[in-house]
Amino acid sequence: MTTTVALRTRRLRPGRIVLTILAFAIALAWVFPVYWMLNSSLLPNRTLQSFIPTFVPFGGSFANYANALEDGSFYSALGISLSVTLIAVFFCLLFAFLAAVAISRFRFKGRKTFVVAVLLVQMLPAEGLFIAQYKMVSSVGLLNSVIGISIIYIAAVVPFTVWMLRGFVAGIPADLEEAAMVDGLSRTQAFMRITFPLLAPGLVASGVFAFLQAWNEFTVALVLLPAEQMHTLPLWLRGFIQASATRETDWGQVMAASTLVAVPVIVFFLIVQGRMTSGLVSGAVKG
Amino acid sequence: MTDTISRDVTAAAPAATTKSARTPDVTRRRISVPHLLLIPAIAILLIGMGYPLVWQIVTSMQEFGIQQQFGKPADFVGLQNYLTLATDPTMWQVVGRSLLFCFITAALTLIVGILLAVLMTAVGRTARLTLQISLLLAWAMPVVAAMTVWIWLFDDRRGVVNYLLDMIPGVDMNRFSWLSNPLTFFIVASVIVIWMSVPFVAFSAYAGLTQVSDEVLEAAQLDGANGAKRLRYIILPMIRPVIMIVLLLQLIWDLRVFTQITMLQDAGSKAGEFDLLGTYIYKLGAGSQDFGMASAVSIFVLALTLAISWFYVRSLLKEDEQP
Repeated sequence: MTTTVALRTRRLRPGRIVLTILAFAIALAWVFPVYWMLNSSLLPNRTLQSFIPTFVPFGGSFANYANALEDGSFYSALGISLSVTLIAVFFCLLFAFLAAVAISRFRFKGRKTFVVAVLLVQMLPAEGLFIAQYKMVSSVGLLNSVIGISIIYIAAVVPFTVWMLRGFVAGIPADLEEAAMVDGLSRTQAFMRITFPLLAPGLVASGVFAFLQAWNEFTVALVLLPAEQMHTLPLWLRGFIQASATRETDWGQVMAASTLVAVPVIVFFLIVQGRMTSGLVSGAVKG
Repeated sequence: MTDTISRDVTAAAPAATTKSARTPDVTRRRISVPHLLLIPAIAILLIGMGYPLVWQIVTSMQEFGIQQQFGKPADFVGLQNYLTLATDPTMWQVVGRSLLFCFITAALTLIVGILLAVLMTAVGRTARLTLQISLLLAWAMPVVAAMTVWIWLFDDRRGVVNYLLDMIPGVDMNRFSWLSNPLTFFIVASVIVIWMSVPFVAFSAYAGLTQVSDEVLEAAQLDGANGAKRLRYIILPMIRPVIMIVLLLQLIWDLRVFTQITMLQDAGSKAGEFDLLGTYIYKLGAGSQDFGMASAVSIFVLALTLAISWFYVRSLLKEDEQP
């Protein structure tokens, strides 16, 4: 009650009006590139060629999307992206789940070393290892294969997934399992029937996170999948910009392609966003 | 089997009972359950990260020349590659440019992000939600898609940026080619990276700010502290832990901007003065096939990252110790 009163008195001040206008202006500026992608994707190339930009897509069409999809390379890239990502997510979740149970339900020798290693590995930049990964994968003949890149993706995404799942497992009190065991379940049964169902949201969130990581990955894919027919969606999209060096860019088509790549990612991202932020800074926010 | 299960029950219980559970003869007899659970994760990390890392350390001490491209094994040269790097002016330029880019971008991201978080607390619900949704959309954009849009926005002839800047009286930005000059190239890169990273900082800082109690702020206000003073002496110190962690993450993330720089080079120029560490390594390894030097630079990048990460890991471990 008191806060509402305080808010109301504050709202009357002119400073607050200025701040509100500022907030709306910044919101508009920040979302503009996303809007511009959609806007340009709907406009015919003739309109985009003009030196005066068209800010609202009146009379737009989906022709650019049809053009971007025409040669079938999108579907090929979509297929590669899906297989690589699904393989990576599946194994990453499985491995990370087992490891998360180990570090949050047991105290054992080497636990801390493992946790430190996981946290440090998670920070390693792809560009610090990709030449070595390229040599390794090519030496076993897995360049341009789904398996080769999946292995690297699993390894790259496992650390953060372990850390994220650890939080979820630790959040479910072990007392619940112990109570079930008093009632006659074995430890494994107790875990599967009590803890596992409670973990489902955590597994979904971690899975979506792993999905986004693998789906958006560019650097490793660039070196491990050089053949064009093996390109994932990010590499496929980059092809449009690369081509701009030699010929006039069809920006409407590029923006349609970008929208096709971005929309599913945005949807998934909005599902897990809250949990991801807390996973990265949880220690600090709690104080 | 039964004895493993019962042992795990005690192992899961608080630390006091752990000691008895880990009696030497039990550990010796078979691998304990937690270790068993870690095997897949450790195995995949060893294959995907460990082996390449070891290969890289070994290779960074080998010399690769034209003969190695035809299958001759590389000679062991000790630290020669590192010495070559340390005395190479190009390497120092790339390192200097990368660090400068990283620090400036991270600092600006942090400042803008914190200011936006403070702004969120100062405005009404509608304005705050609008701002948050807009930031979320920017954050959710996949990097490659974001890059194509920004390259289109900064297009020299039909880009909106030049069109809007040109409308300012006295400014002539018609056909200004942002990507052909290293300085403006990196300004564009920095703007894009800031656009992508500010949402994370703003949301984290906002989460921190909501924990600052209203009573304390009101008390300060009654004591005569104005807005700026409350920010400086109460709010910032209280959200310092969040800020530190976010800063470390930004520093690490802004060192790995390979995707952004590669895409901007696609649209602009691939010349050496547009390189940061990532693209420099790529050109050394994938381009010149000089794996020795590429590995040495990679090791340098990894060492740099680990040095910064250490502080981040230490603060996360504090949380792990008090579940």
